[in-house]
Amino acid sequence: MTLTCHPERSEGSPLGTSFPILRRLGRMRSLGFARDDGRIAAVFVAALLVLSAPAWAVNPDEMLKDPAQEHRARELGKDLRCLVCQNQSIDDSDADLAKDLRVIVRERIAKGDSDDQVRKFVVDRYGDYVLLKPPFKMSTLALWLGPLALFLGALWAVLAFYRRRPAEKAAPPPPPLSAEEQRRLDKLLKESER
Amino acid sequence: MRRFLYVLPVVVFTVLALFFLKGLTLNPRDIPSVLIDRPVPEMSLAPLPGRGESSGLSTKDLKGRVSLVNIYGSWCISCVQEHPVLMEIKRRGDVPIHAVDWRDDPVLGAAWLKKNGDPYERVGVDPPPGRTAVDFGVTGAPESFIVDKAGVIRYKHVGPISMEIWTKTLLPIIRELEKR
Repeated sequence: MTLTCHPERSEGSPLGTSFPILRRLGRMRSLGFARDDGRIAAVFVAALLVLSAPAWAVNPDEMLKDPAQEHRARELGKDLRCLVCQNQSIDDSDADLAKDLRVIVRERIAKGDSDDQVRKFVVDRYGDYVLLKPPFKMSTLALWLGPLALFLGALWAVLAFYRRRPAEKAAPPPPPLSAEEQRRLDKLLKESER
Repeated sequence: MRRFLYVLPVVVFTVLALFFLKGLTLNPRDIPSVLIDRPVPEMSLAPLPGRGESSGLSTKDLKGRVSLVNIYGSWCISCVQEHPVLMEIKRRGDVPIHAVDWRDDPVLGAAWLKKNGDPYERVGVDPPPGRTAVDFGVTGAPESFIVDKAGVIRYKHVGPISMEIWTKTLLPIIRELEKR
């Protein structure tokens, strides 16, 4: 066993189910689709990729019998960070530790823990870091409010900039061109016309 | 006031850049453990085969002396790299080392110690889903915890211990705890 992150899974590949359809496309060729079937195949594969469900890491043997409880476990798992593949949730990750945590989350749920109790159980062991959505508290204030502060600052700067503009417009217009300047301008314009 | 406004973007940028620069040098695997200064979790782990009936690891075994608890497994590659250091610590008699054989087949765990040497006093088997390891907040192997005389976790080291880390960081902490 390893604790590496598997970038892809062997099972649940969306292309795996596409083969019967490709075979069908072969039959369509005889019906006069020959010229387009490459394009049709591409559309089909694209459609399959769009429609295919995400490949969960949750194995059937881990699942709880009660669908409502399993649903709660899924929702909880999506918010819990896998500490091996740090940007994946335990629901997405194939790491063994993620599997262990999925099993333990389900055990807690089966024992009657509420969602908050399960979350607390995991946070007690791994800290707030394990929550993919960090809690709102003093130490995370900058994290939650920083972007808002930056946005408001930028908004203020833009508004201040545009409020200053009319004042510049109100500056006196330049004096009219002298006869000599007008003559030069006409000459330049004529040259550019050629 | 006006002049200050011109400098403001530079100041904001510098502050952000310093934060990000610092972030580049941090190790994302160094997650601060929430278990520091908390008692070791309740556990009663079975011994490895061939190591004697009473050589398993329980919470009460970690009281009375400062000790090191090492998380290992026969599947763990970095543990092979760390092991000679643990053997040296054992040879020098710096501190008793206990182990949790995490997510492992006990037979393989025992065979691994036969092959690489056995620096441990007590070894407890923590089969999948590794409840004890999760109670310890373990994120991978090897990981090592310094436990004080009262059975309270005082320090956590993530990754293999090198001789340098041992003499410069871990051993001074242990010596300090032993004085208390």
